[in-house]
Amino acid sequence: MSFPKTSVRDVVIKFAGDSGDGMQLTGTQFAETTAIFGNDITTFPDFPAEIRAPIGTVPGVSGFQIHFGNHDVLTPGDQYDVLVALNAAALITNLKSLKPNGIIIANTAGFDSKNLRLAKIEEEDNPLLNGSLEAYRVYSEDITKLSKTAVEEFGLSNKDAERCKNMFVLGMVYWLFDRDIEHTITFINKRFAKHPIIAQSNIKALQSGYHYSETAELFSSQFEVAASNHPQGTYRSINGNQATALGLMAASIKSKLPIFLGSYPITPASDILHELSKHKGFDVMTFQAEDEIAGICAAIGASYAGKIGVTTSSGPGIALKSESIGLATMLELPLVICNIQRGGPSTGLPTKTEQSDLLQALYGRNGECPLVVIAASTPADCYEMSFMAVKIALEFAVPVMFLSDGYLANGAQPWLINDLDTLPNIQPKFIHTKPDDNPYQPYSRNEDLSRMHAVPGSKGMTHRIGGLEKENITGNISYEAANHEFMVKLRAQKVENVKFILPKQSYELGDSDSEILIIGWGSTHGSIYSAVEELRNEGLNIAHLHLKFINPMPENIGDLIQSFDKIFVAELNNGQLIKLIRDRFLKDAIGINKIQGQPFQIQEIKDTIKSQIS
Amino acid sequence: MEHQEQNIILTSKDLETNQEVRWCPGCGDYAILKSLQKTLPELGRPKEDFVFISGIGCSSRLPYYLDTYGMHSIHGRAPAIAIGVKASNPDLSVWVITGDGDALSIGGNHLIHALRRNPDINILLFNNQIYGLTKGQYSPTSEQGKITKSSPIGTVDLPFNPLALALGANGTFVARTLDRDPKHQQMIYKRAYHHKGASFVEIYQNCNVFNDGAFEQIISKENKADHSIFLEHGKPLLFNNGLNGVILDGLMPKIIEVDESNMDQLWIHDETDSTKAYILSRFFDSPSFPRPFGVIYVNETKSCFDESINTQINEHRIEDKVSAFNKLLKSGNSWEVI
Repeated sequence: MSFPKTSVRDVVIKFAGDSGDGMQLTGTQFAETTAIFGNDITTFPDFPAEIRAPIGTVPGVSGFQIHFGNHDVLTPGDQYDVLVALNAAALITNLKSLKPNGIIIANTAGFDSKNLRLAKIEEEDNPLLNGSLEAYRVYSEDITKLSKTAVEEFGLSNKDAERCKNMFVLGMVYWLFDRDIEHTITFINKRFAKHPIIAQSNIKALQSGYHYSETAELFSSQFEVAASNHPQGTYRSINGNQATALGLMAASIKSKLPIFLGSYPITPASDILHELSKHKGFDVMTFQAEDEIAGICAAIGASYAGKIGVTTSSGPGIALKSESIGLATMLELPLVICNIQRGGPSTGLPTKTEQSDLLQALYGRNGECPLVVIAASTPADCYEMSFMAVKIALEFAVPVMFLSDGYLANGAQPWLINDLDTLPNIQPKFIHTKPDDNPYQPYSRNEDLSRMHAVPGSKGMTHRIGGLEKENITGNISYEAANHEFMVKLRAQKVENVKFILPKQSYELGDSDSEILIIGWGSTHGSIYSAVEELRNEGLNIAHLHLKFINPMPENIGDLIQSFDKIFVAELNNGQLIKLIRDRFLKDAIGINKIQGQPFQIQEIKDTIKSQIS
Repeated sequence: MEHQEQNIILTSKDLETNQEVRWCPGCGDYAILKSLQKTLPELGRPKEDFVFISGIGCSSRLPYYLDTYGMHSIHGRAPAIAIGVKASNPDLSVWVITGDGDALSIGGNHLIHALRRNPDINILLFNNQIYGLTKGQYSPTSEQGKITKSSPIGTVDLPFNPLALALGANGTFVARTLDRDPKHQQMIYKRAYHHKGASFVEIYQNCNVFNDGAFEQIISKENKADHSIFLEHGKPLLFNNGLNGVILDGLMPKIIEVDESNMDQLWIHDETDSTKAYILSRFFDSPSFPRPFGVIYVNETKSCFDESINTQINEHRIEDKVSAFNKLLKSGNSWEVI
């Protein structure tokens, strides 16, 4: 039997349920299947900081948002077309972002009196029954019961049987969007290889959900989202933390230097540690240190001994590492510090995204301590930018701060795989043999002001380095007044010199003749780009400039900013890049700021711009 | 890695640097530096194989005066840096130079975790029971009631017992020596070097400016005989020129006057016995017991961090990394767009 099909350009689905309901896995499966089908996608997992917040409550709601389409999809979407709500708390948490006439797939078992009470809803206010959802297309089914019945034959415990309900609902959504369930079947078989009964039950639940939608004629039509026109090549789905780990590894292979990661677990950075610890075969050494400081210090020790020292953390950990970053600056050793930002200050919002560590990255140390700071703009861009972080660190013998955030870390997109051949070479500044008969001078410099580090164990070059101010060339301790000023300026110039290897900055959209400029940095690329694209389609002559290299900035950046009288700076903080723009270019700007632990919605950016120019 | 003694003719002179030594005249650190410069040439290694990592404090200036590889790092963090160096190149002989404030106060966490992991490094803790570089505040080893700049009517803190701390952290080589006995120092440093695992050496070091004579009650000419005991493996615990000895009554140590009748009851030092090592470390608590010097405890059976972490890598090493990596990128869920 064939069903009517409605063609749409793009769709936003939000899978929401209790944090024990497996929503992240469900969403990831849908995302992978639809990416393999050929859609462009952007995902946004949004989950509580607690491992298992009280079941059924609003704080316990875990969600996974996916935006997919037949064209470039750059954001997770402002509003949902489909909301899957496995309980009452999930519905009321997410309803405000559901489009008018949007689809709700609700599990009635999650709206019983217990769940209503847990979600703090009066029994008579059950949204499925009180008519409050009239503006939407509601499909409410007892998914728990349907799913349990489907897997009855396997004799699972009540609890295990109930846990299959996420696969049942995934089957329903697969049918609704006419997607193949094969990828997920393969996944289930692999994941539960040691538990064949669990595997079979989950597959049965998935198939049952799919067929139930069809045979019960649940939905009035299926939706059709055609594949997008991706360039030819091999793709995979990748999130920011995976891309960061792979970029570091790529740099290790290119530079022929092993990686040493010194790290302490912290949300949302831990997955980089997890990923790298899987790849020992690539000479990747991972050290789970006793604390954040030991993590970076061991990495400094590794760089000193001739490896690529890397440390990964988030804001609170970076705060603890700041003295050590100063040490690496004084030692003039390569070091990569990855800050996967989250909401702050203090413990803040561990699982939520924010860009509020920019000024910490730039200035958060004692003394005059400039640092190279770079920021990835999309999940896949983490690959190239973490590679660049290593390249700059090794070629200039400096610490480099690589900024990502919770949104990039966990968000996924299809990635046209960029293998090793496409990446530039790296020339580390380590030496193992004495180049000539002259005494080795640890702080003698190359043209770009970087120094050559004689690695311990190398004959004839024994020397001492340290955190005390030193004399140029010899590295001897020096408290001499003029020397200190000279060395401070020299270290600053060395960081500034990095700009000579940076790609030239260009506009993402628009040009210098545009009337308005909006500047962003890091993970807000997709939202700003989409907002600017829409505004330009609406007739506004606006340009988008997006910074990935923040210190130093590309050489030509001033030329791209100077001609504008109206500049907006959009960032997920209380106004940090804007201070830098004012400082460096004496240009006033208007801040577009959001500090809610969530990425920008396209509409929010558009509304602010419109309100400021009318 | 075991190093064959090579034909390397290194003298203590070769280990001096062109830097002017800037410790206060009369400081115990001079004697420790000299002893190290005497010890290293006897280890049969070229000087580029040695790395000295220090933290902050008077003692931590030492690497500047020793012509090996060296890093004067930040306060308390030397063990963490050393573990990164040693794990990255296990062929190096890595030494940590630290003090009572550096290792036991600001860096206490790194010290205990370094001992727990047991990398093959040597930690030399210069204990002078005072903060010298910051000019005379009490340290975590200062005795209770001590009058210092930051405790004008006496400290209320109780001090650490460094050896008990090291044993508690599962240290596999725990020893004590003293600045004024170069021969004993050299013997201990050599033992520490040859121990496979983390070696912890507490050195009683006199700060003649801010805490002069801190150990006089134990090691002065007059007191040394009856207030200190020099341990040797397999030898009885005798002190006071052989007049006194220590016996174990169950787990209770007792001091006896030694005569022919009780000679065979004396406690025989067994440096591999962890229970006895703990009792020895606790002599610290009782002024009537002599303070032990020497190797308190050795355990050669535990795995070394640097060796284990490299074994994991060596066992999994991929030779053709380029093609393996390109394959890794495509593993899992990749798809072709044609």
